[in-house]
Amino acid sequence: MNNKRRIFLKGSLGASALGVVIGTGLLSPRVVLAAWPEDAFGAKAVPDALKALTGSDQMSDSSDIKIKAPDIAENGAVVPVTVSSSIEGVESISIIAVNNPSPLIASFNLGEGAEGFISTRIKMGKTGDVIAVVKADGKLYSAKKEVKVTIGGCGG
Amino acid sequence: MAKKSIKIRAKMKGDLVTVKALMTHPMETGARKDKKSGELIPAHFIQEVTCESGGKVRLTALWSGGVSKNPYLSFKFKGANKGDMLKLSWVDNTGKSDSAEAKIG
Repeated sequence: MNNKRRIFLKGSLGASALGVVIGTGLLSPRVVLAAWPEDAFGAKAVPDALKALTGSDQMSDSSDIKIKAPDIAENGAVVPVTVSSSIEGVESISIIAVNNPSPLIASFNLGEGAEGFISTRIKMGKTGDVIAVVKADGKLYSAKKEVKVTIGGCGG
Repeated sequence: MAKKSIKIRAKMKGDLVTVKALMTHPMETGARKDKKSGELIPAHFIQEVTCESGGKVRLTALWSGGVSKNPYLSFKFKGANKGDMLKLSWVDNTGKSDSAEAKIG
């Protein structure tokens, strides 16, 4: 009887310790990162990702957005992408690779004084359009550029 | 972290500050398989990068695993002075974080 109680105690202690580990591992970042839109990044289709991110998938093409990316990317794991926009009042710039398993790659919220310019490196699973979505004044503007990928960079 | 995970540089030209930063991070998407064991490598990527200077947030970047390994980030902003400090910090999906500061020069 006593023995069993000890075992039971040990077991529940272990379980609760595990719970704490899981709790700190999984829950705390979510608390810190309240802003990280899981739905948007997990979306498999571009309109879904945009809706989850900005609340709308209505965007208009704009020639004021420039995307600098290679025409042919030899290594899909590292594709340099630069987005610049001359639109006034840019709030955010998002980068989307249409043919990636999760198309939304990154979203940059511009703070005070920030210019409409972002440069980074992204992964591309296969050849496809890179779309830059600029949010300005509550509206969405976009531009796209096709990048041919020789070796995919999403693994698997 | 023993090794510095962030390299950051901020240069001023006129009234425009150009920031360039390199972070060291595996940026695993969670979709890649280990070649030997065939098991999925768990996702491990930076979710949020924040840049601050002069007490103001200049840029918040929300990332997925679609950003390349050892991510590079560059952006520009106005409204800072030479000698101001710029702070960049990141948090990944496992709750790890790091930050670095650089003087705007």
